[in-house]
Amino acid sequence: MAEPLLVIEQLVKRFGGLVATDAVSLELPAGELHAVIGPNGAGKTTLIAQLAGELMPDAGTVRFAGEDVTRLAPYARARRGLARSFQITSVFREFTALDNVALAVQAHAGHSFRFWRPARAEAALREPARAILAEVGLEGREEVPAATLAHGEKRALEIALALAARPRLLLLDEPTAGMGSEDSARMVRLLATLKGRLTILLIEHDMDAVFALADRITVLVYGRVIATGAPQAIRANAEVRQAYLGEESAP
Amino acid sequence: MPLGRRALTVAVGAVALAAIPPIAVALGQPFYLDLFTRILIFAIAALSLDLILGYGGMVSFGHAAYLGIGAYAVGILSHYGLTDGVLHFAVAILASALAALVIGAISLRTSGVYFIMITLAFTQMIYFLGVSLNVYGGDDGMNITAHSDFGGVLELDNASVLYYVTFAALLLFYFAGRRLVGSRFGMVIRGAKSNERRMASIGFATFRYKLAAFVISGAMCGVAGALLANLTLFVSPSIMHWTRSGEVMVMVILGGMGTLFGPALGAVAYLLLEHVLSGLTQHWQVVLGPILVLVVLFARRGVFGLFAGPTEARRG
Repeated sequence: MAEPLLVIEQLVKRFGGLVATDAVSLELPAGELHAVIGPNGAGKTTLIAQLAGELMPDAGTVRFAGEDVTRLAPYARARRGLARSFQITSVFREFTALDNVALAVQAHAGHSFRFWRPARAEAALREPARAILAEVGLEGREEVPAATLAHGEKRALEIALALAARPRLLLLDEPTAGMGSEDSARMVRLLATLKGRLTILLIEHDMDAVFALADRITVLVYGRVIATGAPQAIRANAEVRQAYLGEESAP
Repeated sequence: MPLGRRALTVAVGAVALAAIPPIAVALGQPFYLDLFTRILIFAIAALSLDLILGYGGMVSFGHAAYLGIGAYAVGILSHYGLTDGVLHFAVAILASALAALVIGAISLRTSGVYFIMITLAFTQMIYFLGVSLNVYGGDDGMNITAHSDFGGVLELDNASVLYYVTFAALLLFYFAGRRLVGSRFGMVIRGAKSNERRMASIGFATFRYKLAAFVISGAMCGVAGALLANLTLFVSPSIMHWTRSGEVMVMVILGGMGTLFGPALGAVAYLLLEHVLSGLTQHWQVVLGPILVLVVLFARRGVFGLFAGPTEARRG
């Protein structure tokens, strides 16, 4: 059997005395949508940052598509097909929505030492960008500056930037962060359309979204994995119920 | 489509500048021709700084270094009797590009205030290098005996010719700069200014692009330096003093950062104000200071924004 797309082995990250990631091991087969849940401060975002390359782990390895990427810079991982979205919206605020995504397309369309031809006239950048904006539901909003988009639209643009890389693995850090229920439902529908086409590691607080989308779920508490399994198994796991789901909110 | 306010401002500005030499000659005031040649030279320097400051977010506080290197290239070659103009400008461009490559490769590993301080420190090093080179006049500088010689094609010792050569260089850099900021390369450095972290996460190694922009900017400023040497026929370390770097940055901000044409207007405004105010009082900077504060507070996109409209000025 082929190696899973993402293999995390014994990953450790300490901040002073705090162990933010405590010997985390995880495997994501291609095509899986894997959710990581856990209470605030469980180390979810720290884990994503190590997978994306923004933080270097103190120990352990990250293998992506059969290659050890533990020490690679973020841009190098992105080039290999590992894209991410941010919990706090991180787009190019001064650019229009279309310019945002076209720039992300450009990142994967050869080198950018091209000094003369207007990038905004390049169909090879604009057309894929338009298609991706339509895919995330931003059709008709192409020429709006990112800074003036509504919150839900910015979150969708955040996903569009990650998709523009045509990634093999998508790391989504709380895509529904700060959203109302309507926007949130729209985001869940969007993620459902991506499921199966891409391998996705999803961090999410919205339990309805997690149980609706995930093939498997990993529960992180104080940096440690306390359970990994199918949604039903996680729902039934006593330790998880106690540590995280709480008695009254248990589904 | 009718001309936008932006295009109109650029066109009017260019026509007015093209008319300076005949007007100066008609008025019998050749001094003004020198003044405006000097203004255009600083316009090139300001435009080159705007390329990395306004579009790339790189606050280089050491742009006077490239001005000085360009000027010293002409001075030193002339000192050894080498007056060929092509050689002068080629060496000015290569030397300033090389200096920018070294300075950029180190400075761009930092950001924010550290970047400002390191570019400043490098420029001070080059300044003191100039002071210590006694063979080239040291602190006092040296006279240049001949203009860059283009074999009768361009007589740079003719003030009008030097003016138009400078003007042509400014136009060339302006139009090339416009192309550059709209190109793929331009989008990358603007993206890096907007959100460096996101650039990395979508797969850009921004360092090499920023460094390339830094080198292009330094080389442009080197051309301004070589022109300055031809105007004054004198080079001294004072060209590279850190206050000069500050002046160029003031021109960019006064004229409108991130517009390319604005900094050229800023050079006109700054040097004309200096000329007029310093005739009235030796404490002219006391007047200039508040004007600059008002522009920063109330005129987004600077003087250019006032003419072209703040949103149109930014377009492109």
